[in-house]
Amino acid sequence: MTDAAIDLATWRELQDTAGADFVAELVGTFFEEAPAMLAELRRARAQADAERFRRAAHSLKSNSNTFGALALGALARQLELQGMHADPAHDAAALEALEAAYAQAAAALKELARG
Amino acid sequence: MAEAGARLLVVDDNKVNRLLLIRTLELQGHRGVGAENGRVALEMLEREPFDLMLLDIAMPEMDGFQVLERLLANSRLRDLPVIVTSAVEGMDSVVRCIELGADDYLHKPVNPVLLRARVNSSLEKKRLRDAQRELVRRFATSEVAQDLQQSGFALGGKHVHATVMFADIRGFTAMSETQPPEETIELLNTYYTLMFDAIRAQGGVVNQMIGDGLMAVFGAPLPIAEPPLAAVRAALDMIEMIELLNVERAAEDKAPIHIGIGIASGEMVAGYTGTQQRATYTCVGRTVNLAARLEAHTKEAQRTILIDGDTLAALPPDVQVEVLGKVPLKGITPEVAVFSVERDQKL
Repeated sequence: MTDAAIDLATWRELQDTAGADFVAELVGTFFEEAPAMLAELRRARAQADAERFRRAAHSLKSNSNTFGALALGALARQLELQGMHADPAHDAAALEALEAAYAQAAAALKELARG
Repeated sequence: MAEAGARLLVVDDNKVNRLLLIRTLELQGHRGVGAENGRVALEMLEREPFDLMLLDIAMPEMDGFQVLERLLANSRLRDLPVIVTSAVEGMDSVVRCIELGADDYLHKPVNPVLLRARVNSSLEKKRLRDAQRELVRRFATSEVAQDLQQSGFALGGKHVHATVMFADIRGFTAMSETQPPEETIELLNTYYTLMFDAIRAQGGVVNQMIGDGLMAVFGAPLPIAEPPLAAVRAALDMIEMIELLNVERAAEDKAPIHIGIGIASGEMVAGYTGTQQRATYTCVGRTVNLAARLEAHTKEAQRTILIDGDTLAALPPDVQVEVLGKVPLKGITPEVAVFSVERDQKL
């Protein structure tokens, strides 16, 4: 499961260049920030605010790729590039998939950060 | 690690990105400070000095494009190197950032090796720019500084018609042997400050200083009105300033100093010489040699300001001069007529 959620080459490289302890702290920061980004996506969707929707997706994409959470990053990227869908139901499904991917990535990151 | 210890401002609304960039910079020997959006970044730039900025594009309150626009409009911050770091996709935003003056662009997640290369290259460029500006500030007027900036320090040469001045302190070497070294340096600094002021005020450019001697050019690299008159005016001001300095020195029981000034006008070859790191505007040719010889001759002639015929010919008729006749000067053939400018006159 770890292999699927997090790209280990990216993760190792991050650890090598920034230091394992620092990366563990950074994962902690990500865990503080990411739920707010997911919530922001939901809020922006509910308020039909396309600009905020795009920016939250962008932020989540950027961080996911930093940690090697490539699946999560790909889903976030799709939302960023496509923007808000005309049909809210379409985005609701996409957001659910995104949240599931985050849960997976977070579990894997927690595991990896513990060393 | 020539660039170690640079202070960088990291602007990113995303905390993970900000912390990671700061960490990466610190591991590379720099100091990083974070700002969470463009508005905060500009406030910090107004308050404290930074060597370089890493700038995100998509940010709330004020985005990266707006920050770049503000920097362009700010004369003090215009030259701050900026590397844009963004995960925004497509070429459009890269092009727009470069057009708005960004030095470089790094895609996020930022590769540490690329970051190091880009940061060091930008800092090196800034260091060269600062060094050139400092050199120009010390040795040239603002007009020359502009000429240099615009020509991009092209080290070319050309024939120019200008007036050259040489000046030095009489008996300075003997003086420096009898007084404490710190007094010698202090005197030199006072002397140079006074002389620079007098020369600059008349549009001249001091381009060489050796010991107690200096060389100044009037009418090049940028033209001024009546270079010979400007040079003679500067010379009279210099004498007046030395007299004022001597009043101060007398009050401190110190011996007066005396200077000699030689001025010649005509054609010369001028250009920026040196290297990209260290360049100076200089002039060479017969006119320059003549001015140097005239200055040397002030001692023997027991006069303060000596000028050549071409300088005299360009001066207004009411300028008071003493005709010294043809004088043999080393390396100057045929002999030239030499004139001494009367000290106490206002031009």
